[in-house]
Amino acid sequence: MTELLRINDLDVEFPTRHGVVKAARGVSLTVAPGEVLGLVGESGAGKSTIGNAIINLLERPGRVASGEIVFQGEDLRTYDEDRMRKVRGARIGMIFQDPQTSLNPLLTIGQQLVETIQKATTHRGQAATAHAVELLEAVGITEARARLNAYPHQFSGGMRQRVVIALALAGDPDLVIADEPTTALDVSIQAQILDLLKRLCRERALGVIIVTHDIGVIANIADRVAVMFRGEVVETGKVAQVLGAPRHTYTKSLIAAVPRADRRLERFTSVDYIEGSGASGAKIDVRSHWLGKGRRGDPNIRDVIELKDLNLEFVLQRAIRKKNRKVVRAVDNVSLTVQRGEVLGLVGESGSGKSTVARLIAGLYNPDSGLIRIEGTDVVSQPRSAGARKARRLVQMIFQDPYSSLNARMRVRDIVAEPIRFYRTTESEAETRRIVGDLLEHVGLGAAAATRYPHEFSGGQRQRISIARALASRPEILICDEPTSALDVSVQATILNLLKDLQEELGLTMLFITHDLPVIRQMADRIAVMRNGAICEVAPTDRLFAAPEHEYSRHLLDLMPRMDLLDPDAA
Amino acid sequence: MLLFILKRLAQSFLVMAVVSAISFSLFNFVGDPVNNMVGQDATREQRVEIREKLGLNDPILTQYARFVGNALQGDFGLSYRIRRPVDDLIMERLPATIELVFVSAIIALVFGIGLGVYTGIKRNSWISRAVLSISLVGVSLPTFIIGISLIYLFAVILRWLPSSGRGGTVDLGWWTTSLLTVDGWRSILLPAITLSLFQMTLILRLVRAEMLEVMRTDYIKFARARGLSDRSIHFVHALRNTLVPVITVIGLNIGALIAFSVITETVFQWPGTGLMFIQAVNFVDVPIMAAYLVFVALLFVFINLIVDILYFVVDPRIRLGG
Repeated sequence: MTELLRINDLDVEFPTRHGVVKAARGVSLTVAPGEVLGLVGESGAGKSTIGNAIINLLERPGRVASGEIVFQGEDLRTYDEDRMRKVRGARIGMIFQDPQTSLNPLLTIGQQLVETIQKATTHRGQAATAHAVELLEAVGITEARARLNAYPHQFSGGMRQRVVIALALAGDPDLVIADEPTTALDVSIQAQILDLLKRLCRERALGVIIVTHDIGVIANIADRVAVMFRGEVVETGKVAQVLGAPRHTYTKSLIAAVPRADRRLERFTSVDYIEGSGASGAKIDVRSHWLGKGRRGDPNIRDVIELKDLNLEFVLQRAIRKKNRKVVRAVDNVSLTVQRGEVLGLVGESGSGKSTVARLIAGLYNPDSGLIRIEGTDVVSQPRSAGARKARRLVQMIFQDPYSSLNARMRVRDIVAEPIRFYRTTESEAETRRIVGDLLEHVGLGAAAATRYPHEFSGGQRQRISIARALASRPEILICDEPTSALDVSVQATILNLLKDLQEELGLTMLFITHDLPVIRQMADRIAVMRNGAICEVAPTDRLFAAPEHEYSRHLLDLMPRMDLLDPDAA
Repeated sequence: MLLFILKRLAQSFLVMAVVSAISFSLFNFVGDPVNNMVGQDATREQRVEIREKLGLNDPILTQYARFVGNALQGDFGLSYRIRRPVDDLIMERLPATIELVFVSAIIALVFGIGLGVYTGIKRNSWISRAVLSISLVGVSLPTFIIGISLIYLFAVILRWLPSSGRGGTVDLGWWTTSLLTVDGWRSILLPAITLSLFQMTLILRLVRAEMLEVMRTDYIKFARARGLSDRSIHFVHALRNTLVPVITVIGLNIGALIAFSVITETVFQWPGTGLMFIQAVNFVDVPIMAAYLVFVALLFVFINLIVDILYFVVDPRIRLGG
């Protein structure tokens, strides 16, 4: 049998109050044993819907309207709930995005594994436990027998995803559907997990459907790829062919929008195919505008941010006896300077302390020891002094999560106007409103957005609101903490272009924090690499990418998904 | 864990110190204790003598220290009205109240959690809707109305159950129980149901809300995708995760059961501490009021300590650290 799964002309509908929304239209796919099919698309494209439809776990009120889902020669749509339950786990395994939330926090991983094994196979009691140990070893967890008694929170993110994979394999399925299995993980962990999935796929002749928004993941692991756009599969084919020589306009622009690590471009390529993703709105002339005036930077000071021997420890566990205490050195002797008008990239994996450094500069944490100077003013020794306050005002932050960083109960106008009102930098309320309107126009939202609430906007639009809010206090320094990692590639491109433009127009100094090397290559003038709270290497961007000095920088660069496939010449 | 319990114990001591100070202040602020003890025709000399004998002329801190010292030995003085040691009176009445609270807590837990899980899973069935509508009655009607209605229905019209008292009790020497005789059970049923109704509703709605929340989580979705049975998903995976917040509320509410038992005991003439407290208030019997206050606070503190320890048992994230 060469065909494990065949989907024919599948339609999935979500009836809503405003009529029926079609999440998938006429989708046809096939998967063979031992093959990895990549299902790629941006959020809302309907790619997760396909996975859920196959195992009949669509969120209510979604339903399959028409089409066939033929698995091992039988149409799963004719199965009732009881038969379907025997398919799930035993014949089709599922892996979800976030390993933090996929495991029951109150049960040991052994309990969860054994339960699943007993449900899906004939193993019982001791045999089930032995099988659980085998599975954990197969997914690369050492000391598996001892680890059975551990709870999910005692594992790191990557280890947890391994446990999730072991659970998905517990019933020895023939098909595994992995829904964004590495999105929540660091690059180095991502590489390990993808290797693991690929190995398991080959060893066990599994069919694998990998759902992702990340072209890099597809390039790394998939044999064939299906590109989804607005519920339809617009293109299918071998990975090399689709990525190297895309035929459909959407695929072309999607691939063009992927930030490139191998060369530096003036601007990020945006996805033109999607209407409304480009910025609209009247730009203002920043030099003559309120925004350009009254900024307090002293041109004589070259080092706008100066960090010296900065240290910060977090207490993980308190105890009376010192040896029982657990602390983590979040920031370990960090010294760094950022010069006026420069974009400094801060790169590292999660837990490397890069966000903590940003928060220290913004004054959200106080260091245990060390010195922070902003515009030449010491902000640590006398954090409440007028000088320190003034310096702090010049620093603004843009956060990663566009959903939780805006107050849902405030109108956009009040969100953006808050810093203006707080610092009383305008003459009148009318002027404030005019400036808020200008700012919203400038970031590409349009002044009409002012009277609306954050929930009416998409992730990318919310990030524009955050940017307008940061600009409203007329900052010198903008700290961007992973500003686009929650966004689709096409939206990411427009936001990064906007930040780049603003930086140039206003001569802003920028600290740009990310785990995404291709993005930082395009954004930063210099890059600092962080690991375990310490800085490994600071180098100009081109030199770091061409000749990394520190071993860890080389390691990070090696882990970047290979993009050779994207070059038509190479393919 | 040990550190945590020690910390909680220290906090408990602080709470008890404050409560005992408040109870003690009752003696001085709720009328003149001497007036309450002697008749109208007592002479001035007699009053002075009693004041001296009771130590009421000592500095206030000395009096407080004496109150706490005695209380620690279980001595709360003599009831003004009955002229017997308060601690004896409380010990006599305590079994009745504890049994009532115990039985109604069981009713509230069993039905509250059971129906909460049911209505959380089958949230659109007509049974769930009916349970939720009826449960509204439980929250919105005051206890005494429910009590009187139950008496009217089961004791007056149907004549199935007695309307008041504890019925047949068995004396175990240190404890008189009504749970060993059929008559006792018949008597405890109505007051226990009355007392539990409010708590049952609260637990039901809380468990239901938590259940709805948990059923939406990724690990439940993942459990379904592994083909686990509904029973395992609902009772092994979901229910345990709803319990952490539920335990908090239940802990606080067992305390509330004791407090609410004042009304229920009055309605059903249940010879427990609540009824005794109401009678003490009527007669301004300060020693009983003060002792009752300390005693209820002690129970609250004790229950909360147990709840905190239960967290450790239920949630490994607290037990084993992050």
